[in-house]
Amino acid sequence: MNGIDRRQFLKALGGGIIIFFSKSDLVDAQTTPSDFNAFLRIGEDGRVSCYTGKVEMGQGIITSLAQILAEELDVPFHSIEMIMGDTSLCPWDMGTFGSRSIKIFGPLLREAAAEARAILIQLAAERLGLPLDRMELTSGVIRDKKNPQNQISYALLAQGKKITRRLEKKPPLKPASTFTVSGKPVSRQDALAKATGQAKFSGDIRLPGMVYARILRPPAHGAKLKKVDTSSAEKIKGAQIIRDGDLIAILHSYPDEAEQALAQIKAQFELPENKLTPENIFNHLLKVAPGGNVIGQEGNLDQGKKVASTTFTETYLQQYVAHAPIETHTALAQVEKNKATVWASTQRPFGARDEVARALNLPPENVRIITPFLGGGFGGKNYNGQVVEAARLARLAGKPVQVAWSREEEFFYDTFQPAALVQIESGLNGSNQITFWDYRVYFAGDRGAQIFYAIPHHRTASHGTWWGAPGAHPFATGPWRGPASNTNSFARESHIDLMAAKAGVDPLTFRLAHLSDKRMRRVLESAATTFGWLPAKAPSGRGQGVACGIYLGTYIATMAEVEVDKQSGTIKVKRVVCAQDMGQIINPEGARMQVEGCMMMGLGYALTEEINFRGGEIRDRNFNTYEIPRFSRMPKIEAVLVDNPEIPSQGGGEPAITCMGAVIANAVFNATGARIFELPITPERFKKALAKGV
Amino acid sequence: MEIDFKLNQKPARLKGDGERKLLWALRSDFGLTGTKCGCGMGLCGACTVLINLEAFRSCQVPVKDIKGKEILTIEGLAENGRLHPLQNAFIEANAFQCGFCTPGMILNAFSLLLKNPRPSEKEIIREMNDNLCRCGAHQRIVQAIQIAAPKMNGRKR
Repeated sequence: MNGIDRRQFLKALGGGIIIFFSKSDLVDAQTTPSDFNAFLRIGEDGRVSCYTGKVEMGQGIITSLAQILAEELDVPFHSIEMIMGDTSLCPWDMGTFGSRSIKIFGPLLREAAAEARAILIQLAAERLGLPLDRMELTSGVIRDKKNPQNQISYALLAQGKKITRRLEKKPPLKPASTFTVSGKPVSRQDALAKATGQAKFSGDIRLPGMVYARILRPPAHGAKLKKVDTSSAEKIKGAQIIRDGDLIAILHSYPDEAEQALAQIKAQFELPENKLTPENIFNHLLKVAPGGNVIGQEGNLDQGKKVASTTFTETYLQQYVAHAPIETHTALAQVEKNKATVWASTQRPFGARDEVARALNLPPENVRIITPFLGGGFGGKNYNGQVVEAARLARLAGKPVQVAWSREEEFFYDTFQPAALVQIESGLNGSNQITFWDYRVYFAGDRGAQIFYAIPHHRTASHGTWWGAPGAHPFATGPWRGPASNTNSFARESHIDLMAAKAGVDPLTFRLAHLSDKRMRRVLESAATTFGWLPAKAPSGRGQGVACGIYLGTYIATMAEVEVDKQSGTIKVKRVVCAQDMGQIINPEGARMQVEGCMMMGLGYALTEEINFRGGEIRDRNFNTYEIPRFSRMPKIEAVLVDNPEIPSQGGGEPAITCMGAVIANAVFNATGARIFELPITPERFKKALAKGV
Repeated sequence: MEIDFKLNQKPARLKGDGERKLLWALRSDFGLTGTKCGCGMGLCGACTVLINLEAFRSCQVPVKDIKGKEILTIEGLAENGRLHPLQNAFIEANAFQCGFCTPGMILNAFSLLLKNPRPSEKEIIREMNDNLCRCGAHQRIVQAIQIAAPKMNGRKR
C-alpha cells in the first residue's frame, strides 16, 4: 500500500464534489500501487482545490496548473487553490523533474476538470428542473439560456453534497480556440507571498520545542571517522549531542549556537587515497566506462566513411557542475510514537516518504511529507539526504528537529552534473554533405544524444548514465537541469559547427541543409529573424553563434553574440535569443520566464561553473570560489515562443538551458577562430584554445 | 548584555551574547523568517536587511552593532497593508521565480534607490551584483528596479 486510503482521504476532505482518477489513467505513474488518485475538489464554498504531488520550486506550475483548471472548469483563476506535495493529501507522484508537470499531469487535470464541469451542469439541470441543453456556464455560474436570471452557482450546487466520481471515460474538452485563461498571461499565484517575505520555505516552519541540528561531516567523500571527542561541545549550554552510528549531531534551540558547539567537536578522519582531479578525470572515466547502449543507428558507418572526402574525430569534455540553489537542502521533522511528519525541500515528496519510512522502520502511510515552497531545485532536490537525517534525529531526540544544510554541506553533498565526455567521428563528402556520424557519450546520459540532422549513416551509443557507475566518480552525481542534454548539445552542436567551418559554409545554412524536420527549421528561422543573423566568417567582428536541440519533445534554437578579450581570455555574452516550440502554451509569461532563466543559468556551466576537487574532497564550498552567473554577466535576453497549438503542451523548464554551452562556444569560435572542446570556457581554457590555432 | 534597537519601526530588545549574528536573532528570536540564509558568509545577499536604511548582510552583523539602530526587514516594508513600490514592481515584472533571494533583492534595491533615486542600468547592475539569484530572474529584477524608481516620489523609507 503506497497511496493513501481512499476512505480516510474522503473523510479528511469533507463535503463537495470530488473527481478521482484510477491509476490506469496515470501514464506517468506506472508503478503506483494505490487504487486512485484524487485530483480536484469543488468545496461547499465554491472554491476549487487541486491536489497534486508536484511541487513549486520557482518554475511556476502553481500558476499554470491553476490556469488549466480555471479554464476547463470555467471559474475565476483566483478561486483556485493549489495543494502541492503533501503526501497525506495529494495523489502519488513520481516527482517534479524532466519538465513534465504540464506535459503529463496537465492533460489529466484538464480531463478531471471537464468531468467536474459535466457533473455540475447535470446537477444544475436537475435542480432547476430543465433539460441539459438549456444550461449555459460562465465563471462558476450555470444559467438557463432562455432565462439568464434563473441561475445557480457551483458553491450552491456543492453545498451539503458529497459527490465522488471516478473518471472513466474521456469527457469532451473545451476547444483551445475558446480559451480565455489558458494561454493568456496571468500574475503568479505566489507573487504576493514572495514579495512580502510571507512565503514559507521548509526552513521557515516553526514548531513548539523544535531544535536545530548541525551534523559532523567528513572532510572528503569516502573518509572514515577514526576518533571523536565531543567533551568540549557538551559543555556548551543547551547543546545536546546525538550519536547514532556515524551520525553525530549537535542539537540546540538556536541554530547559531548549534553551529558553535559543532566547531568544538574534535574529530579525526582517515582519508582514502584518491588522486582524481579535474585534469585526469576524463581518462579515468574512459577507463572505467561500461559498454555502450546503442540508442539509434541507421545505414552503415563503413559505407559512410568510404564516401567521405574529409573526416573529423574530436572529443568534447564537460566538468562537474553544482546545482547550487540559493535555498540549501532543508527539512523539519516531527516524530511521535509511530508517526512522522516532515516539512521538506524536496522534488520527490513521495520518494522522501518512502526513504523516511525505511529509515525509521515505519509503514509509509505513517509518514507524511509536506512540501512548502522550494527555493530552487534544478534536479538537486531529487536527493533527500537531509530529510532522512532530520527524521532520524527527531526520533532520537524526541522533539522536532530542523536540518538545514550549510552552503558548505550543500556543495559537499550535491549530486553534481557529471563530468562527461563525448567522442564524435564524422565525415563530409565533396558537396559538403555529412556522410556519417559515429557518436559515443560517456557518463552524461543518453537524453538529447540522438542525432536529428539528416545523415545517411549514423550510430549513437551511450556509456553509463548521469548517476555514474561504481568507481566512476569520487562523489555523487545526478540529474541537473536538462540532464545529459547540456553535454550532448555542446558536443553535437560544436561538432556540426566545426564541420560547417571546415566546409566554408555558414553554420546556420549548413544546419538547415541537413534538416528536414519542420519544427526544427521553424525555430531556427524564427531565432535567426529575431537575432538578425548574417553570415560572417570566423574570426568575425560579429562573434555570433548558433545551436539547436530537441529536449523531450520541445524544440529550441539559440543564437548568441559574444565579445572576447583575447589578452585576458574573458568572454562577455552580449545577447542571447532563444526560440522555443513547446507545443500548446498554457502560461506564455511563465514559459518566457523559464526560457529566460535557462539562458541566464546556462551561462554558468558554459563559462564559469566547475567543481574543483581532489578525490572525494570538494574544494569549492561556497560562492567565493564557485562562480554562478551574476547581474554583471547578464546579456540582453530574448525568449521567442513559437506558437504551435496543434501539438500538446511539452515541457518548458529545461530545454532552453541545453544549448547554452554550445551556442557560446560556437560564438567564441566565430569571434576568434578558437574552437572550444571543454566546458566551462574559463579564460585559461580559451587562451589555450586560441594558442592551438585554427 | 542588553541591546535595544528598533525593528520594523517598533522597539525591540535582545539579551545575551552580543557576538551573535543578526540573521539568526531575526529568524529565531523574532520569528521573522523572510530574511533568508543562503551562504552564511555574506556572499549571496539572501540575508540582506537595512540598518539605518543601508543594506547589510545580516549573517555578518553581530547584534552588538545594532544597538540604538533601526532595522528594516522585508516584513516591515509594506505599510498599513500598502505594498512598497519595489514590491509592486517585483510583482508587476515577475521579477522572481523561486522567491528565495527576493527579500534580499528588494531590500538591497531599496538601499540603492535611497542613495541613487534614478540609477542607470549600469549602476543597478553594479549595486545588485553581489545579490545572487539562481533561477535567472536578473533581467526582470533590473526592470523591476527601473519601474519602481520613479514611483518612489522621494520617499525616505
